[in-house]
This record gives sequence, structure tokens and C-alpha cells, in this order.
Amino acid sequence: MSLFSFTLIFAMAALSICLVMTAIRFAIGPTLPDRITAFDLFVANVIGIVAIYTELTGNEDFIDVAIILSLFGFLGSISFAYYLMKSTR
Amino acid sequence: MFENVNFLLIREIISSVLIIIGVMFMLISTIGLLRFPDFYIRMSAITKGATLGLGLILSGMGIYFNEPDMFLKVVLIICFTFITSPVAAHVIGRTAVRNKIPFWDRTNLEEFKDYMHNEHQFHRDHEKDNRPNK
Repeated sequence: MSLFSFTLIFAMAALSICLVMTAIRFAIGPTLPDRITAFDLFVANVIGIVAIYTELTGNEDFIDVAIILSLFGFLGSISFAYYLMKSTR
Repeated sequence: MFENVNFLLIREIISSVLIIIGVMFMLISTIGLLRFPDFYIRMSAITKGATLGLGLILSGMGIYFNEPDMFLKVVLIICFTFITSPVAAHVIGRTAVRNKIPFWDRTNLEEFKDYMHNEHQFHRDHEKDNRPNK
């Protein structure tokens, strides 16, 4: 195992710890906008994990997953925010 | 001149350094999400730190693959993330202000209260002008 793959596996482990901490905030978040921002960070972490996995396996097809995830993460947070604004008026 | 240089090794080193810096940014912003006292401060930490960390990770991956189509996809993702992340943060923050999510008790709110007072005055005048039976 070279130093490069060790670096990538360490980075994936750190991003997994990030996912766990984001899930804790998602569980204990006092209000609904806290959970929406936690979801936003969740999507960003998953994009980072997909990028590092693409580099680890050398398969270039996985980067399309990251493109689609970046599109749908933005759409998800915007639609949640509009749902909140419409439902509380 | 460059016969003895191992370009794969150089690319691996640059990519590793960029990925480690990006992961550190994302780790710090996630700790900020978990530890900061207020919704607005937490949203600020996420919007700046996670976007920069994601850009660094993706550019490190693009440098490692060293191909034009991969570079184009990486630039596409980075541009889209850098455009949409502040927009999403602004929409969520405006929704939180409208829903009266409480601020931290040590936040200085004087200018914000003046602004909200003026805005509400303006809206009341606006409704008064548009009211039909008066």
C-alpha cells in the first residue's frame, strides 16, 4: 500500500467522521432550518467522498454522480426553504 | 531536460496535499456545525468552509487524472457549487429571519432591529395604500 492510497483512505475516514457529526446535528438540531443546513453539508460531504472514491479506484465514470449530486443538493435545500416559507404564513 | 522526472509522483504529491487541505477545511466546518451556539453562525461556518473544502478536493482529483474531459467536469462542479451555495444560504437565512428563529444572546442586534423596524413601517404603509375601503 503506497503513501498515496493511504492518504486517500485517511481522507475518506475523515469525511466519514464528518458525516457522523453532521448526523448528530441533524438529530439534535433545535429547529427545522438547522436540519436543512445539516442536509446541505451532508450532500457536500457525499460529493467529497465520491470524488475521493473516483480517485481511489481510477474509474472515471463516478464523477458524473458528483455532478448530479451537486445539482440535486441545491434543488433540495431551495425547495425545503420555500416549503418552510409557504407553510408558516 | 525532464527525462528523469517522475510526473506521476509529482501529480500524486500535489493531489494528496490539496485533498488533505480540503478535508481539513471540511472537518473544521463540521466541528463548527456541531459546536457553534446559533443557527446563523452555524450556517455561516458551513457556507464558507464546506464550499472551499469541496473545491480543493475536486481540484486535487482533477490534477491527478490529468485529462481534458475530467478537468472540464471538475470545473463544472466547482463553478456550480460556488454559485449555488451562497444562494441557498441566503434563501435559508431569509426563511429563518421570517420564521423568527432566535439569535444568540450575545449578538449585537441594534442595526438589525432598526432595519426590521423600517421595513415593517414600509410594508404597513404599503398595505395602507393598497387597502380598498379607506
